[in-house]
Amino acid sequence: MFEDRNLRKTCGYSAGRSLLAGSTQLRSKQLQQSPTPTCPTPELGSPLPSRTGGLTDEPADPARVSSRQRLELVALVYSSCIAENLVPNLFLELFFVFQLLTARRMMTAKDNDFELSPGALDNLESPLFQSIHDCVFFAVQVLECHFQVLSNLDKGTLKLLAENERLLCFSPALQGRLRAAYEGSVAKVSLVMPPSAQAVSFQPETDNRANFSTDRAFHTFKKQRDVFYEVLREWEDHHEEPGWDFEKGLGSRIRAMMGQLSAACSHSHFVRLFQKQLLQMCQSPGGAGGTVLGEAPDVLSMLGADKLGRLWRLQERLVTPQSSGGPCPPPTFPGCQGFFRDFILSASSFQFNQHLMDSLSLKIRELNGLALPQHEPSDEDGESDVDWQGERRQFAVVLLSLRLLAKFLGFVAFLPYRGPEPPPTGELQDSILALRSQVPPVLDVRTLLQQGLQARRAVLTVPWLVEFLSFADHVVPLLDYYRGIFTLLLRLHRSLVLSQDNEGKMCFLNKLLLLAVLGWLFQIPTVPEDLFFLEEGPSDAFEMDTVAPEHGLDSVPVVDQQLLYTCCPYIGELRKLLALWVSGSSGRSGGFVRKITPTTTTTTTSSSLGTQPPQTSQGLQAQLAQAFFHNQPPSLRRTVEFVAERIGSNCVKHIKATLVADLVRQAESLLQEQLLTQGEEVGDPAQLLEILYSRLCPHGAQALALGREFCQRKSPGAVRALLPEETPAAVLSSAENIAVGLATEKACAWLSANITALIRREVKAAVSRTLRAQGPEPAARGERRGCSGACEHHAPLPSHLISEIKDVLSLAVGPRDSDEGVSPEHLEQLVGQLGQTLQCRQFLCPPAEQHLAKCSVELASLLVADQIPILGPPAQHRLERGQARRLLHMLLSLWKEDFQGPVPLQLLLSPRNVGLLADTRPREWDLLLFLLRELVEKGLMGRMEIEACLGSLHQAQWPRDFAEELATLSSLFLAEPHLPEPQLRACELVQPNRGTVLAQS
Amino acid sequence: MILTKAQYDEIAQCLVSVPPTRQSLRKLKQRFPSQSQATLLSIFSQEYQKHIKRTHAKHHTSEAIESYYQRYLNGVVKNGAAPVLLDLANEVDYAPSLMARLILERFLQEHEETPPSKSVINSMLRDPSQIPDGVLANQVYQCIVNDCCYGPLVDCIKHAIGHEHEVLLRDMLLEKNLSFLDEDQLRAKGYDKTPDFILQVPVVMLCPLAVEGHIIHWIESKASFGDECSHHAYLHDQFWSYWNRFGPGLVIYWYGFIQELDCNRERGILLKACFPTNIVTLCHSVA
Repeated sequence: MFEDRNLRKTCGYSAGRSLLAGSTQLRSKQLQQSPTPTCPTPELGSPLPSRTGGLTDEPADPARVSSRQRLELVALVYSSCIAENLVPNLFLELFFVFQLLTARRMMTAKDNDFELSPGALDNLESPLFQSIHDCVFFAVQVLECHFQVLSNLDKGTLKLLAENERLLCFSPALQGRLRAAYEGSVAKVSLVMPPSAQAVSFQPETDNRANFSTDRAFHTFKKQRDVFYEVLREWEDHHEEPGWDFEKGLGSRIRAMMGQLSAACSHSHFVRLFQKQLLQMCQSPGGAGGTVLGEAPDVLSMLGADKLGRLWRLQERLVTPQSSGGPCPPPTFPGCQGFFRDFILSASSFQFNQHLMDSLSLKIRELNGLALPQHEPSDEDGESDVDWQGERRQFAVVLLSLRLLAKFLGFVAFLPYRGPEPPPTGELQDSILALRSQVPPVLDVRTLLQQGLQARRAVLTVPWLVEFLSFADHVVPLLDYYRGIFTLLLRLHRSLVLSQDNEGKMCFLNKLLLLAVLGWLFQIPTVPEDLFFLEEGPSDAFEMDTVAPEHGLDSVPVVDQQLLYTCCPYIGELRKLLALWVSGSSGRSGGFVRKITPTTTTTTTSSSLGTQPPQTSQGLQAQLAQAFFHNQPPSLRRTVEFVAERIGSNCVKHIKATLVADLVRQAESLLQEQLLTQGEEVGDPAQLLEILYSRLCPHGAQALALGREFCQRKSPGAVRALLPEETPAAVLSSAENIAVGLATEKACAWLSANITALIRREVKAAVSRTLRAQGPEPAARGERRGCSGACEHHAPLPSHLISEIKDVLSLAVGPRDSDEGVSPEHLEQLVGQLGQTLQCRQFLCPPAEQHLAKCSVELASLLVADQIPILGPPAQHRLERGQARRLLHMLLSLWKEDFQGPVPLQLLLSPRNVGLLADTRPREWDLLLFLLRELVEKGLMGRMEIEACLGSLHQAQWPRDFAEELATLSSLFLAEPHLPEPQLRACELVQPNRGTVLAQS
Repeated sequence: MILTKAQYDEIAQCLVSVPPTRQSLRKLKQRFPSQSQATLLSIFSQEYQKHIKRTHAKHHTSEAIESYYQRYLNGVVKNGAAPVLLDLANEVDYAPSLMARLILERFLQEHEETPPSKSVINSMLRDPSQIPDGVLANQVYQCIVNDCCYGPLVDCIKHAIGHEHEVLLRDMLLEKNLSFLDEDQLRAKGYDKTPDFILQVPVVMLCPLAVEGHIIHWIESKASFGDECSHHAYLHDQFWSYWNRFGPGLVIYWYGFIQELDCNRERGILLKACFPTNIVTLCHSVA
């Protein structure tokens, strides 16, 4: 713990630094290992403040402070050390001071029976901090010096501080200022997110078959996406259950899945999915819960998501244990981040890690280089609050994303080097250093840091760099490359003096954020303890030796309190201390710490708009454009870049839908010609394609002209609609022109590089489509008549009809109970319904129509053979001939008029169906003959066709008499095409006498 | 028709070892007059399929096939017009259509030089006139028209029912003015998983007695009853895959489902037995 002995001889900063090196560091490292303040050891011989134990609080009295003057001096020195950043961690010191303020009582050592009288001499030799009065006095003295920092703490902390009776007692003035700060503090707004995860949506542009090298890769990835979410859902369900283990539960499934990612391209697809999901789920509050924004905030707000949110938040507080691990917690993966960490660990795939690092690095570069809007405080006071809020939010989103990505990058990059073993020493260390120093860094963070400092964007770059470095292993800070980084960071830290408020320099909260994250980094166990204190260098001169832009991001108030607390949740430990004091019970280890959720929304900021001037632009014009934007509000530039980006992209789509689609149509008709002239012999498809390519691809050259025309036409209107109405005409037209130029550039760059490939791809797809359609199943295609517009689609459903006809067929074929049968009315109704269904084609699909056609033929065969059991008086179980004929007539008309697909009429003459006649006694051939004639009459079947069918019937094995009758029928049919409807009986067939037959009819 | 697990179990209990015939269906309808016929048929069909899946293997041992074939041959020698094959199937508790396939396969093996291909068999089952043996053709045909759970006719009916409900759903969406992409359009765009409909603008379905609504991005139509077995298979093969790509959505089991299965609402898979009436769309007007 803090020892007064060390402070006694303090004079000057350097001495202060060295003693602080000893005391605070020891203390802080201790704190990092055990989250709750430790109980001091009593062996020091002096009384120590105690914050533990359920004993009553000792009252603190300003009148009983001993050595007041000396305490004031010590407090002054100590405060100066803090103010000048001579201590590694500002908030750790504040934490310590708060501990002193809220100490319950002094733990007295063995010989503490002497009581110091309040007015005792300020003896230089007598020890300080002998009483609770001294401690509180000292604490309040220090706090008075750091009011500015205090006033930026969150509202809850301010309230607790202002209500602290000790503070009131020792410094009513400070209490008054704190109260005022509390009252002036703005309440935080937090947007609450639905508790369960959303999936990354499928985007055809990046996810469809065209993005994969083979069908197999495409389908493998399809499966992987599903396995990934299955695993994620299972984790959501189980990870909080006691005894559930990630590796045991999911490990083998994850590895099996990774094993299938054979192609390198699949790895990159999967990594993209992984990274997107990571950003979606974890970007929010310190990753506290499974929180992510829904895809449709409008709908949510419409439903009063706010109220729901509050309920959810309440529930969350009730169920989430409050523990943030002290003022210097080690780096962790809270909430959903744990899933992603464990996934990486369980997958233990070298390829996956490499692809992941590549992808994370790229995204970090992209986001870090994002041209974040720069607020110009002096001009444009008209810049509305809306814009301002938006910019701050955008910054927060980018910063939080960067921190998350960098954390995972650090985790994966240093994973092979991290272990539980102590840091190497001596020769072993040297050999490891020699080995490691030749390994290039996974991402050139040093350059990025240097660039960030030069461009005055430390507030963006440093927080994510800290996350990255927090996962470094023991060797890293010893490597030249990284030592350079630490040196830069230390110098930056020293330069961030809060009390200096230079014009154009860094804003207060920006500084506070940097101090907090750097202070935290310096406490990480893998960072050498003496690094902070041994580092040489011009401590008081950290000037960015560059011509920095006048207003870097650092000088823009982009950090607000909420972002500060989101990035550094451990600052909340201060409030925890105060709350513990109020609660009066230190038995509760948790304490109530309000969790902070950010107001940021999840917007993908992937497109890097205008970070660099477009590569192909003419230098001068580009310079002019830059100059043009320089004196315009940032929203103008954003708008123009946005319009250019979108119009450029739409232009490509437009070309695809017009020019390329036309060419595809041409390809199709060329192909059709080919097919007509060559018949089925299309030849080698590859060769065919090449011919088509050579004829069509040259037309792609038109794309550039068309694209230019499109951008010219579309961009100005979009710019006009998006800019404020009072934009001066000249500014407006320049903005329009620039937008046109940028959009054209973007579109033409893409088109000139890709148009040929695009045409080839689309033509290829069209050709294979056409060739497939030529294949064995052309029935499904082609024009089909629909029902009339007036149709209300009340016809029976095809499925119902098939089912009904099937029932009739099964009754006819048997077996059946004696009481089963069909009424003639039902049969007529059924055929009538079939007609309705065929006319209203609303619900009819080709397979259903095919089956209906087949069933209707079967039904006709049963009618011809008189095989349908008819309900009615037991004597007559057969259909009247007239009825049968009527039904056959109806069916003939359906076949002729209503079926649009082929009807398998030849089945009427299949051996099986004709054979049905063999079972009837006496055999009745007249209906068959009638049917055959009608078929010919209606043109449903040709004579020749029927002849052929009849001919093949003779080949089947029949009973002799039946074969003879059949032969007679054939010859009858063939001989007399125009015979009026006869009634034939078997006996007459045996003696083919036309006269008799006619007489009977 | 949403059933509780208990109600469903009661129905399923009555279906143990019932052959898939007209008569069985008639009895089932009499036993549960309050349930819709379509629901009962769907449950019957699913239960029977589960039963067949469980026992399928024992009918496919070479001993079993040989013994069935001999019994068939003996039967038709005695009386070719008797329902030999159908009776055999019912006796050994196997689906008539599947028994027909088994015997047909065996028959062709004996009479053809090369073992029959699957497509030849299928084609013969669709049109038994192609079967070279007249008696067998009749026997097979009898099996197929008497089987209400398997066979080409039943497959076609199921397919038609599915198609009809998709058309029905499409009409409802059009009527409600909800723009959507259908399966074919999605496939043309290269989606790897395609629900029946993806709404171009999501809607919210409000639930009675609940404050919140459910966002719907996609709708899948299922013209069957949602029992545990089929629902879990659908979840695994389809619904979760849709969720993984398109977010929360709606499944309509037109013939009902087991109430207890509708437990993923919060996660984003909602079950209904009809088209929801209480739908809220995104308003474009500026308030």
